[in-house]
Amino acid sequence: MGRGASIMKLEVRSLGKTFHAAAGSFDALADVSFGVEPGEFLSIVGASGCGKSTLLRIIAGLESQSRGDVLVDGRAVYGPDRDRAMVFQDYSLYPWLTVLENIRFSSRLKGNRNVTGDAQERAELLLELMGLSHVRDAHPNALSGGMRQRVAIARALLNQPKVLLMDEPFGALDAQTREVMHDLILHIVALEKCTVVFVTHDVQEAVYLAERVVVLAPRPGHIDSVWSTGLGAALERRQTLKRSPEFLALEGQILDRIRATSGLRSDLDALQRLTSGAARTVTAIG
Amino acid sequence: MWIIRGTLDRRTYLAIAVASFILGLALWWAVTAFGVIDPLFLPGPGAVLRRFITWLTDGDLLQDAGISIFRVLAGFLASAVMALPLGLMIGAYRPVRAFFEPLLEFARYLPAVAFVPVVLLWAGIGEASKIVVIWIGTFFQMVIMLSDDVARVPMPQIEAARTLGANGREIVLRVLSKSAMPAMFDTLRVTLGLAWTYLVVAEIVAANSGLGYAIMKAQRFLQTDRIFVGIIVIGLIGLATDQLLRWLHRRLFPWAAARAS
Repeated sequence: MGRGASIMKLEVRSLGKTFHAAAGSFDALADVSFGVEPGEFLSIVGASGCGKSTLLRIIAGLESQSRGDVLVDGRAVYGPDRDRAMVFQDYSLYPWLTVLENIRFSSRLKGNRNVTGDAQERAELLLELMGLSHVRDAHPNALSGGMRQRVAIARALLNQPKVLLMDEPFGALDAQTREVMHDLILHIVALEKCTVVFVTHDVQEAVYLAERVVVLAPRPGHIDSVWSTGLGAALERRQTLKRSPEFLALEGQILDRIRATSGLRSDLDALQRLTSGAARTVTAIG
Repeated sequence: MWIIRGTLDRRTYLAIAVASFILGLALWWAVTAFGVIDPLFLPGPGAVLRRFITWLTDGDLLQDAGISIFRVLAGFLASAVMALPLGLMIGAYRPVRAFFEPLLEFARYLPAVAFVPVVLLWAGIGEASKIVVIWIGTFFQMVIMLSDDVARVPMPQIEAARTLGANGREIVLRVLSKSAMPAMFDTLRVTLGLAWTYLVVAEIVAANSGLGYAIMKAQRFLQTDRIFVGIIVIGLIGLATDQLLRWLHRRLFPWAAARAS
């Protein structure tokens, strides 16, 4: 799946995950393989229950795989570490710390003390980049959802992780805030030269942000298809791109794949029967 | 005002709260003043107030209250000092929970009052026995509630720390204990009330000082007014400390105010 012979920044090899419960075992992921090149932005989409969050959590080391490997710079990794930072949907900030203290959190940890250069300088830079300078001493509860996610992203970037993992980071935000965040994340990622794996259920978001979009299909979770977006340089994308014919065509194709693999059919026939029945009753009464 | 979970401004709240106290006092006064109840069984507010003043000026109300407060604080602090680290570990690590939880759930139902005779046997009739009774009455409840507070720390806070490179010790000290602190503070406030209950039990059985002892002695002489002074003084001390701790909570944890969303 790689586009060159260069070493992948992140590679997932024949990853499988089986959950064991009293009711029996359940295959969440089966034989998932893909690579992410340095500096690439990869989105993962799929119907709910396709295992996209589980996949991301395994990459982060928050869950263990049943089979296969996760490699960073060609080396297998186990468990969470600073090289893979994660941004969660919500509730991951520390409400007792100020914005600046949240961003600096990792620099105060024992394992990081020697590796982090000037954490304060880097935190100041991130505050500036993320548009957080004016709330540096505020507590998270005083911030809007969008501002909170900016803090979470800045905190994840402090140590310059090799891979930035994002699990529906804008899922709890309103549509307008989300658009602002999309452009912000594209700029930050270009500036920081981050490698990003972005999980979302929003296909438009996935296509707009990524260079490639992976469609994951459920039962058990496996890769259905991979799409190159070819939307051009990240910094030149504009919101109007979302209404261009190429964009809409790609979005439609990906949505079709998700629909085809979701296993859910909208009961259009049943609905039509119901509504026509209701219409007859209404006319009869009328 | 009558909308479910509606809002109420602070002044109206206070007015209603004060009215409930006044209503209680008025009812009390009415049933005693009109002779509905024999004053031997229930003395009127006036009689209780007079007893309060004489007990305060001629007697040793302050000493009694002082020694009682000391015992409550000693027993309560002994419980808290042991319960805080244990609750933190139970809330953090599943095996620790598996080891202690069933034991604690069992111990929690042991009647602390029934322990009084053996505690007297173990610790004599000195201060230690009262403190031990309060400890038995509060410790188990406290540990369970504190461990629940820790278990309620949002999972993303813990997982974010793990991906940022925190080890187990750092997660316990820098995330769990900090995040759960406002809830744990509230738990301690609630269990302090429990400590007063067991103090009175301990003092009624084995003491020669303190408010509980004074209540028991008053019963022997049928001084119902003194019994009521004792009860009301304990109630007022409880109300005052509770308000103080609530105020302290707001001062210490301003960031814990309801999440605006």
